[in-house]
Amino acid sequence: MSTATANLQEIPAESRVNYLNASYGIRSWLLTLDHKRIGLLYLGTITLMFVIGGVAAVLMRLNLMEPQGALMEPETYNKMFSTHGIVMVFFFLVPSIPATLGNFCIPLMIGARDVAFPKLNLMSWYIFVTGCLLMTYALISGGVDTGWTFYPPYSSIYAHTNVVAAALAIFIAGFSSILTGLNFVVTIHKMRAPGMTWFRLPLFIWAMYATSIIFILGTPVIAVTLLLLGLERILHVGIFDPSIGGDPLLFQHLFWFYSHPAVYIMILPGMGVISELIPAFSRKKIFGYSFVAFSSLAIAIISFIVWGHHMFVTGQSIYAGLVFSSLSFLVAIPSAVKVFNWTATLYKGSISYQAPMLYALGFIGLFTMGGLTGLFLASLATDVHLNGTYFIVAHFHYIMVGGAVMAYLGGIHYWWPKMTGRLYPDLWARFAALVIFVGFNLTFFPQFVLGYLGMPRRYAVYPQEFQALNVMSSAGASVLAVGYVIPLVYLIWSLKYGPEAGPNPWKATGLEWKTPSPPPTENFEEVPIVTYDAYEYPTVRAGVARG
Amino acid sequence: MADAAVETHAPNPSGFAHQYETLEQQHDAGRLGMWLFLATEILFFGGMFTSYIIYRELHLPAFETGSRLLEVRFGATNTAVLICSSLTMALSIRSAQVGKSKGTIIFWLILTMILGAAFIGIKLRFEWYHDWLEGIVPGLSWTYSGPYQSGVQMFMCFYFFMTGLHALHMVVGLGILTVLVVMAARGRFTPHYFTPLEISGLYWHFVDIVWIFLFPLLYLIGGRYTLGGH
Amino acid sequence: MTGLISIAFKSAAIAFATMPFQPPAASSIAGSVDGLYYLLTGITLFFTVLIFSIIFYFMVKYRRRSEDEIPEETHSPLALELTWTIIPSLICVVLFVWAAALYVRNGRPPASSTEMYVIGKQWMWHIQHPEGPREINELHVPIGEPVQLTMTSQDVIHDFYIPAFRVKKDVLPGRYTSLWFQPTEVGTYHLFCAQYCGTNHGEMIGWVYVMDPADYANWLSGGEKTESMSQQGERLFTQLGCNSCHSTDGSSTGRGPTLAGLYGQPQKLENGQTRVVDETLIHDAIVNPSSIHLPNFQPIMPTYQGQVDEEQILNLIAYVKSLGSQERTNAQ
Repeated sequence: MSTATANLQEIPAESRVNYLNASYGIRSWLLTLDHKRIGLLYLGTITLMFVIGGVAAVLMRLNLMEPQGALMEPETYNKMFSTHGIVMVFFFLVPSIPATLGNFCIPLMIGARDVAFPKLNLMSWYIFVTGCLLMTYALISGGVDTGWTFYPPYSSIYAHTNVVAAALAIFIAGFSSILTGLNFVVTIHKMRAPGMTWFRLPLFIWAMYATSIIFILGTPVIAVTLLLLGLERILHVGIFDPSIGGDPLLFQHLFWFYSHPAVYIMILPGMGVISELIPAFSRKKIFGYSFVAFSSLAIAIISFIVWGHHMFVTGQSIYAGLVFSSLSFLVAIPSAVKVFNWTATLYKGSISYQAPMLYALGFIGLFTMGGLTGLFLASLATDVHLNGTYFIVAHFHYIMVGGAVMAYLGGIHYWWPKMTGRLYPDLWARFAALVIFVGFNLTFFPQFVLGYLGMPRRYAVYPQEFQALNVMSSAGASVLAVGYVIPLVYLIWSLKYGPEAGPNPWKATGLEWKTPSPPPTENFEEVPIVTYDAYEYPTVRAGVARG
Repeated sequence: MADAAVETHAPNPSGFAHQYETLEQQHDAGRLGMWLFLATEILFFGGMFTSYIIYRELHLPAFETGSRLLEVRFGATNTAVLICSSLTMALSIRSAQVGKSKGTIIFWLILTMILGAAFIGIKLRFEWYHDWLEGIVPGLSWTYSGPYQSGVQMFMCFYFFMTGLHALHMVVGLGILTVLVVMAARGRFTPHYFTPLEISGLYWHFVDIVWIFLFPLLYLIGGRYTLGGH
Repeated sequence: MTGLISIAFKSAAIAFATMPFQPPAASSIAGSVDGLYYLLTGITLFFTVLIFSIIFYFMVKYRRRSEDEIPEETHSPLALELTWTIIPSLICVVLFVWAAALYVRNGRPPASSTEMYVIGKQWMWHIQHPEGPREINELHVPIGEPVQLTMTSQDVIHDFYIPAFRVKKDVLPGRYTSLWFQPTEVGTYHLFCAQYCGTNHGEMIGWVYVMDPADYANWLSGGEKTESMSQQGERLFTQLGCNSCHSTDGSSTGRGPTLAGLYGQPQKLENGQTRVVDETLIHDAIVNPSSIHLPNFQPIMPTYQGQVDEEQILNLIAYVKSLGSQERTNAQ
C-alpha cells in the first residue's frame, strides 16, 4: 500500500482532501480506523493470498498434464491441492467481497460515516493477517496434505504434515470473519441514513446482511470443530478415532455444518454485486426488488439445513439422504429467482458493455451452469456416481470462479473509480474479462466430462485414458492465469496514469456515487437524507420513442 | 486535533464516537453488537455440547461412569459462586444506573472479580489438580483402570475441553472487569452512560449461563440421583 | 499464448473424436442412472441455452445507442415472479422424486446376493470371497449374479468406486458399509478409491473382472486351495480360546452368550438400548467389549484389539453367521 501512497504523492496535490491523502505514512495506514482504508488493506492481503492459491493451482494443473505426474511426487501434489483449497476458501473467497468491497461500500451505500465498530474493524484485519502469516508459515515449513476438508482419521492420526498449524490459522482467520459479520449487521441495523428504510437499501446491502448472518452463526462451528481436531492430534485422545469410541463422521457433520453455509458466504456477496451491476449498466431499476432481497435471506437460512448432501455416500441412513436431498433442491429455487430477475432487468434497458457489465453477464451465464450442475449432486441417484469425482470439482469451480471471482472482479472494476478516483483503460479491462471467460470454460468444462467418466478427484496420477481431457483443462488454466494477471497490471497502472474519474463515472444511482471520488474520510459532507427507492433510474412511459 | 502522521478521530464534544449521530444510537449499536457476539458464542459452545450429547447417547454407561468421577460438591459450590457473581455484576450496573458513587460501582465490580477468581481457584485447585493426581486427565495424566476405558476417556476429554473453554471465557471476563474497574475509577460511568458495564454484564451473565448448562450435563446426569440407581 | 490455445483446441478435438462421454454401462442400474443423468443434462442445457439466448438477445436489442437515451418503464408483474418460481420448483420436485426413488431402489440388495468382503487400507484393497480366495486390488465376479460387498477400513476413510457399475460407498474404520451390484456385461472395469486417503490415494486402484459363469467357476476353484472364510474363522475361534466362554451349539457356559443363531437377532443391552447383532456389533464386541454390556453377563470379555486384524475379524464374523442367522446382513 505504501507504493500507492508514494505514487499519489507524486501527483499534483488535489485541492480537495480525500481519505487517501488525508494523512500519510505507514502508521496512518496501519492504525487507521477508516473503513475505506481498511477495505484497501484487506484488498492487498487477499490479493497476496490469491497469488499463493493460484500458484498452487498452476503447479497442480502442470502436474496433471501427464498420467504419471509431470512435475512432482504424489506427496507434493497432495500438499498442492490442500494448499490451493485451504488458501482459496478460507483466505481468499470467504473474505474477498465482504472484507474489501463490503468494508469500503457498506457505509457509503447506507449513508453512514463509518461502520458501527471501527476499532473492531481494524482488529479484524490484524486477526486476518495473523491467520495468513500462520498459514504461510505452515506452508513454508512443510505444508499440509489433508485437503481443505481435514477428514479424520487421516488428519488426526495418520498425516505427517502441519495440520495443527493450518487448523489454527483457519481458526484465527475465522474470528476475523465473525467480527466482520457482526460489524456489518450492527452497521446495517443501526446506522442507515434518515429515510433509508430497509426496502430502499441497495440489494448489495441485503446480500451482505444475509452473508453476515452466516458469518455469525456458522463460523463458530468450524472454529470449535478445528479446535477438537487440533486437540485430538496434540493430546492423542480419541474424539474422532473409532478405535477408542470416536466417530469420524461426527467430524464430517460438524465440518459441513459450517462449510456448506460457507459456500453461500462465498456466493451471496457476489450475487449482491451483480444486483448492483445489472441495473447500473442497464440504467434500469432492478426487476423484482423484494424477490431478490428476500431470496438472499432465504438462501442464508436454508443453507444451514442442507449440509448432509456432502455425505450421501458415507453410509448414513436413507432417510437422512431423502431429507437433505429435498432441502438441497429447495435451496436452488431462490438462486434461480435471482437469475431470472437479473435477466428480466435487461429487458428494455439501455445496456452498455464496460468491463463490470461483462463480468456481470459472465457471472449470470456461468453461475447458471454451475448451479444447474448442483442439481446432479442434489439428486441422490446421480450423486452416488458423481461424488468424489471431477464433476464435483467442476461444479464448485463454476460457482466459485465462474461466479464469485468474476463478481469480485466486476465489483472491483465498478467501484475502482470510487476507491481510487481513477479510471482504468476499459478496452484492456474488457479484453481481460473475455480472456478470463474463455480460459475458465476451457479449464473447467472438460472436468464435468472427466467426472462422469469416473476420474476421482485429488488424484496425483490417473489412468492414461483421461489424459486428453486433463491436457485440455491444463491448457485452459494457463489462459485463465494470463487473464488474471492483466487486471493486476492495468489497475496498478491506473493509480498513476488513469484519468480522473469524477464522482459518478457510470451515472449510477446509489449514495456512494453522490460523494466525490475518492470520498473524504467522513464519507459525506452532510449526512444524506433519503427520499427515494434504490435504482431510481429515469424512465419514459411506454410508447414514447427511445432517446 | 488530528495528527498528520497518525490518523485519529477528533474527540466528539458530546462524548460519543464520530460515526454516530446520537449517544443513544451508539448505545443501541453496542448492545446489538454484544447480543450478536453472544450468538456466536452459543454456536461455539454449541458445537461441543452437540458432540457431547451425541457421544453420551452412543456410550451411555461409559459417560455415566465418567460423570461419577466428578465431585458434585465442587461443581455445586462453583454454581453458587457464579450465580452470586452475576448478582454482584447486576448490582454494579444498577449502582451506575441510579447514580451511586464510583466507590459503590467499584465495590460491586471487585466483588464480582473475587467471586470469579474463586470459581477459577476452586476449579484449578480442587478439581483439575485433583484429577491430575488421580490420573484422569486424558493426554496428560491418564492412569484410569476402571471399566469402560475408552468411553470414560472420551467423557473426561469433553469434561476438560468444555470446562476449560468455559474457564478461558471466565479469565477473559476477569480481564474485562479489570478494565471496567479502571474506567469506573476514572469516573466514566454516569446514569446517562454505563453502556460498557451493561454489555460486559451481558457477557458475564452468558458465561454464567453456560456453566448452568455444563454443571448438570457433566456432573448431575451420571445416574447418581435416579430412583433405584445402578 | 497462441501455442497454448492451439494445444487446447487440438486436445479438445482428440477428446471429442476418441472419447466417450460416459463410462461403460455394465451393471443392472447403470442404465437408469444414465437416464437420470441425461435428463439432468437436458434440463441444464435447456435452461443454459434459454438464459444465454435471452441475455444475448437483450444485449443486442437494448444496447445503448446514445448517452442520453432514457429507457421505457417496465413493470414487475407478480404473476411472472410466481411463474418462474413455481415452474422450477415443480421441476425440482420431479427430479427429487425420480432420483430418490431410484436411490432407494438401487440401495436394496436382492435377497439372493452373494456376499463378499472388502478391507480398504492405505493404499490397497483386500477382497475376500466367502469360499476362501483372496484378492488384492482385483475383484472377479460372475455376470448376472448380484453381489453384495461388506466393507471396512483398517485405517482411514476410503471409498470403493466402480464407475462402470455406477456404485460407490465410503469405507470407514470401525464400522461396516455395504454396496451391491449385478454385472450385466463381461469385461474389465476400473476400481478406484474415491475418498482422499493420503499419499498414494491415486494409486489405490484396481480392476473388476466380470466373467461368464463357467469362467468364474474355473477361476474360483483354480489357484491355491484355501479354506472358506467361515472355516478360517472357526479355526481362529478355537485358537483364541473364544469357545471357553461362547458355545456354538446353544448350550450355556454362564460366562458369555451362545453364538448359535445369534446373528441378526436384536439384542437388549444393560442400559436399555437394543442393537441388532450385525457385523458392526460383532466387530465392537471383539475390539471394544466394554462398550457392550449385556444383561445377565458380567463384563469380563477381554479386548482383542491388536491381536486380530480386520481380515481375521471378517473370518470370525463369517463363522458366527454360519452358526445360524435370523436376517441377512443389513449394514448400510
